[in-house]
Amino acid sequence: MSTLGTYLTHDHHACDDLFAAAENAVAAGDWPHAQQEFERFDAGMRRHFSMEEDVLFPAFEARTGMSGGPTFVMREEHRQMNNLLAEMVAALARRDSQAYLGQSETLLMLMRQHNMKEENILYPMSDQALADRQSELLAAMEAVTAP
Amino acid sequence: MIAPGLALEQAPPFSAPLRFFLTAPLFLAVAGLLAAWQPDWSADVRVPFGLALTHLLTLGFLGMVMLGALTQMLPVVAGAPVPGVRRVAGLGHLALLLGTPLLAWGLAGGGEMALLAAGALLATGLLPFLGAASLSLLRGRALDTLRAMALALTALAATLALTALAATLACGLALLGWLAGLWLPADPAAWLNVHVLAGMAGWIGLLILGVAWQVVPMLQLTPAYPPRLTRFLLVAAGTGLLASWLPAESMRLAGKLLLALAAVVFALTTLRLQQQRKRKIPDVALSYWRLGMANLILAAALLPLANSPALQGLTGLLFLLGFAVSVVNGMLCKIVPFLAWFHLQGQRGMLASGLPSMKDYLPDAACRAQFRLHLAALACLLPAPFLPLMAAPGGLLLAASAILLGWNLTRAAQRFHACGGRF
Repeated sequence: MSTLGTYLTHDHHACDDLFAAAENAVAAGDWPHAQQEFERFDAGMRRHFSMEEDVLFPAFEARTGMSGGPTFVMREEHRQMNNLLAEMVAALARRDSQAYLGQSETLLMLMRQHNMKEENILYPMSDQALADRQSELLAAMEAVTAP
Repeated sequence: MIAPGLALEQAPPFSAPLRFFLTAPLFLAVAGLLAAWQPDWSADVRVPFGLALTHLLTLGFLGMVMLGALTQMLPVVAGAPVPGVRRVAGLGHLALLLGTPLLAWGLAGGGEMALLAAGALLATGLLPFLGAASLSLLRGRALDTLRAMALALTALAATLALTALAATLACGLALLGWLAGLWLPADPAAWLNVHVLAGMAGWIGLLILGVAWQVVPMLQLTPAYPPRLTRFLLVAAGTGLLASWLPAESMRLAGKLLLALAAVVFALTTLRLQQQRKRKIPDVALSYWRLGMANLILAAALLPLANSPALQGLTGLLFLLGFAVSVVNGMLCKIVPFLAWFHLQGQRGMLASGLPSMKDYLPDAACRAQFRLHLAALACLLPAPFLPLMAAPGGLLLAASAILLGWNLTRAAQRFHACGGRF
């Protein structure tokens, strides 16, 4: 059975796949396909942020009393990523592959460092702090849909 | 409790790593010009100009970039900031900036005073850096139970690399003392052996190894390095290094074989992982990594066989210029634009839009042109130990590549400043 950490780590990898599919389609100049792939990626990202910000983080903050610490930083980084995603939407609409690829490269660097911090530090802390609520929280995350 | 390794404030100011990154290409350019001007350098790596050239590459370019990168990377991998990072980085940078040319001058026949002054400068600048980096890693060790294995192994690789840097520095200073006539070691070749292997396999090799585990999967979306393999690499490299310093000739050879094996396994794994990457778009950093891995395999294959000065020269060139300079060059094309974006974004606030992307700071075409010059320089310089006439075009191409690298990075910094970024 998966833990909170392995479940969300698995979802990171799923988002990575969607990121690469969208970027490869933009680089190939296949705009209708790129639009489709990007929408899947964007929805995957929004769902992941929501699983963390609406389910995991509040539970973590309530249990540990740390609301200004790690979860605050992670929320800030989600907002940075949302800004980049908005720039990518605009680049897609203009069919400007250079602009898209510039933003996607930036997003990739930010996203992977963000994931590394979560997977190496925040998720292990959460698994430790929330061991007794694991199945309940997993079910709540499973039920989240992209906002 | 502040969660370690997550807070943005732990990132050092842009100026801490940037000062290293912007000045490093200068030394690579000087190395290129010196190689072209003194084509005899390649006949024997132990002739004066060969020594000067080697240190311009290792301390001036590689050491400079690697210290800069450590100021940025240690807070993340260790989970604790580098204490006094602004001052420690400033002092370390100044020491390399002044000490390296002085050392090169002294080694090329400039006299004992130059050697002693260079040794004093380098020790004064590097010891505080080593101390601060060790403190960061020691404080971070408390986290090891919480941290996942991948990051802990990179922290371990960085610890071993810094230990090797300390050994390199200590032996280097001892050798300087000998050259300056302060003392007479019983066996200078043994000191040189430790100095060279600790510097190349320990400091440069282990640091690149530890960095690769994090950045290769990150940049190209490849599968992760298998944890068992990374543990094997650390053990093999550490054991190989220790064995290669033993007095018995057979142990030294066994140590070198183990180092060569670790290098080949690392390079082949990296190439295989990159083959499985999800991100298929062309990328200059990927080209640099692949070139670097191919050169590392050749250098490792030659290491146990290199008996003649020309073969030793070729092994050194393959490792330093073909492997280390290539990989470091590729990393600079990513780190500097990302940090420019990161700091500008942080300074302008969350609501800022229309900020330059990484590729606005450093366009692909500029990196690709610089890669081609580096490739051409390598193609001329690798045969130079056997064909000294190739040293002149190779050295000039290397200088051109370094100048273009410096120009590309400076333009990125200028763009950052023009957009209102503060260093």
